[in-house]
Amino acid sequence: MTQEKVSAMPNVVTPSAPVIFNPDICDGCNTCVEVCQIDVFMPNPVKGKPPIILHPDECWYGGCCVIDCPRPGAITFNWPLQQRGYWKNKATGEVHQI
Amino acid sequence: MSTWHDYFKEQGHAPDWPYPIRYDQEQEIDADVLVLGGGIAGCWAAISAARQGLNVVLVEKGDTVRSGAGGPGCDHWCNVPANPVSNVDTDEWAEHMADRPYCNGIGIQIQCREDYDCLLELEQMGGKIRDTGDEYVGAQGRDEKTKFMISPRYTRIHSYFPVPETEAEKEKFRKSEHKLSNVVIRVWGSTFKPALKKECKRLGVRIFDRVVVTSLLTENGVQGARVVGATGLNSRTGEFMIFKSKAAILATAGSGSMWLISTELGGYCNMMPRTVSGDGTAMAWRAGAELTTMENNGILRIATGYKHKWYTGAGDASYENVPIVDANGKVLPYPIQGWVDWGAMVPFPEVEEAVREKILKGEYALPFYGDFPAMPEVERNATWNLMLGEESTTKVIIKTFSNAGYDPSRDLLQSYRFIEGNSLPQWREASHSGGLLVDWDLKTTLDGLYAAGMQMFAPEDHSYAAATGRYAGRKAAAYARQVGEPKISGEQVALEKARVYAPVKRSSGMEWKELHAGIARAMQYYCSEFKTESLLKMGLGTLRRIEEESVPLLFALDPHKLMRSLEDLSLLTHAQIIIHASLARKASSTPLNFHRIDYPALDPPEWRKYLTIKLENGKVKIGELPLAFWGNMKKQYEARNKDYTGVYKGK
Repeated sequence: MTQEKVSAMPNVVTPSAPVIFNPDICDGCNTCVEVCQIDVFMPNPVKGKPPIILHPDECWYGGCCVIDCPRPGAITFNWPLQQRGYWKNKATGEVHQI
Repeated sequence: MSTWHDYFKEQGHAPDWPYPIRYDQEQEIDADVLVLGGGIAGCWAAISAARQGLNVVLVEKGDTVRSGAGGPGCDHWCNVPANPVSNVDTDEWAEHMADRPYCNGIGIQIQCREDYDCLLELEQMGGKIRDTGDEYVGAQGRDEKTKFMISPRYTRIHSYFPVPETEAEKEKFRKSEHKLSNVVIRVWGSTFKPALKKECKRLGVRIFDRVVVTSLLTENGVQGARVVGATGLNSRTGEFMIFKSKAAILATAGSGSMWLISTELGGYCNMMPRTVSGDGTAMAWRAGAELTTMENNGILRIATGYKHKWYTGAGDASYENVPIVDANGKVLPYPIQGWVDWGAMVPFPEVEEAVREKILKGEYALPFYGDFPAMPEVERNATWNLMLGEESTTKVIIKTFSNAGYDPSRDLLQSYRFIEGNSLPQWREASHSGGLLVDWDLKTTLDGLYAAGMQMFAPEDHSYAAATGRYAGRKAAAYARQVGEPKISGEQVALEKARVYAPVKRSSGMEWKELHAGIARAMQYYCSEFKTESLLKMGLGTLRRIEEESVPLLFALDPHKLMRSLEDLSLLTHAQIIIHASLARKASSTPLNFHRIDYPALDPPEWRKYLTIKLENGKVKIGELPLAFWGNMKKQYEARNKDYTGVYKGK
């Protein structure tokens, strides 16, 4: 195991990532930063990179960031574990969860 | 790298604040009509005033393109009795709606008369209101001629509940059981907000996004005097904004999270976004405006973070017209709110209780499911793609489900009813109930101040916000045309500036979340299920202590946290108003969801009235108004709107 520098950090805010960016698709246009009425995101200091999720604990899960993103697949919703919905295949009875 | 921690780990330091800091700097803006809040009501107000050729300024906390409770979407244009497929008389339907105690008959009459015109105007602006793509041919409620998708909501009566609220109405609408009312239209509401912002811009409305309004300015800074402007704070730069106006329209909302804050449990999972924080109510109160029904508050039945999110869309899959089955496929006796019942969304309490008993006896197996596969294909598609797909925050939910492999033609959607438990009576919200008292011009009790949408007392839904916003814009513009130049009090501005910036002068102490949770706890203990004079007074005492001891500790590290801090100061004021109003009502009331242990009589005749509340010379003053104080709705509306020209035809 490689020895990494360990900093003393406060706990990570829960939930920490209401969305996940795909850096290969996201071109840092910041549409999501603008449509979010809560200001969950901030533009990345490096131009062209995905925004930084600054206030994940304030997310309303309104979804405009995902729906209005001009580059499909650049941003996907990441429901907190305790909020992931279930469904059941009517024929087989198999239960699934998001 | 996308979370803050990722950044920190990679860079070894926190990112710099991404916007220039402009604390204490001022910007002054003049307006004929100043609209405060850029949600549905605010956008319509701005559009309507701008059509009169006036200088209109719109101030919004988020970005107008998607802000407000209706920003992400809206699946139902509720109560459009003037639509061509409707089977009811517009004014009769308005009266039926206003027969519910403690409603707002003025707003309802305006909604019923004018929201169909709003809908047609939305279409002109680029909003989608009809099945023009013929996606749902054959669906019940689809009108071939207009391509309107009539909804299975309110098919007989206006209610979310299965029983009409008065005997007279029950009888009246029973008689018309052969006929559907056709007053609700399913719409593609995710197209609405961007269209409204575009129209605002086209009409020359100057929009100030990311500005939280902090106070109303009055003539000579006097409480109760004419409103002449407002102050605001840019939540990204911290710049101070001074707006001067001939007429102002308050189009903000109440508090969505006064009794409950649960950021760690899935965020702000209630019906209202975080931005709904009672700012408008608090600033109107401080300015001396009269409020009413402030003692009324609802229980958060859905989506608190402690329960399943799914917003209202299908927190329970029965919300829309989906049959509910148990884990073995047995059909449950729930209303499907559709064409075959009264149009309710929840079962009779006795039905709910019978289901519960059968669960305990093992006759119904948990969990329950929404049986989408059992629905005819076109109805299923209309429900899943249109009613759920376009209903506010649910569009992203169905997208997530679809991406994860859910197929409504094959899969049962789980319901969380019973397994997630019921909400506690202490989980309340004050976003829909109390608000500003208005007259038939939607003018408040202060000159120069109008109100629309959820900022008014007893507001309704999306189309109500649209119609009342549009109406208030028209009336405020008429007032602005004939009134003199406003004059701002420098002293009032200076005092407000000191209040606004106090939290950024400190770098430690108490942050906004702790303050918010402390207020919420006080409201849970002292102003919820168990109300007595002494408990309510303990609540006031606790809030006063918070004001004296905790507020001076409040600190904010950046302009965003300063905005949240200011919102929670609004919350603190809003909470105090609610307790004052609760102390004033010395009787219990079912429609107000208000129960005093020391005054248990339910809705005694002498207490069937509105209580009004305001600040006069800094002192709380209680007044009263009779039920239906607005008079004959049709006559009053017509007397004041002889010049109404219907659907906008200008450029």
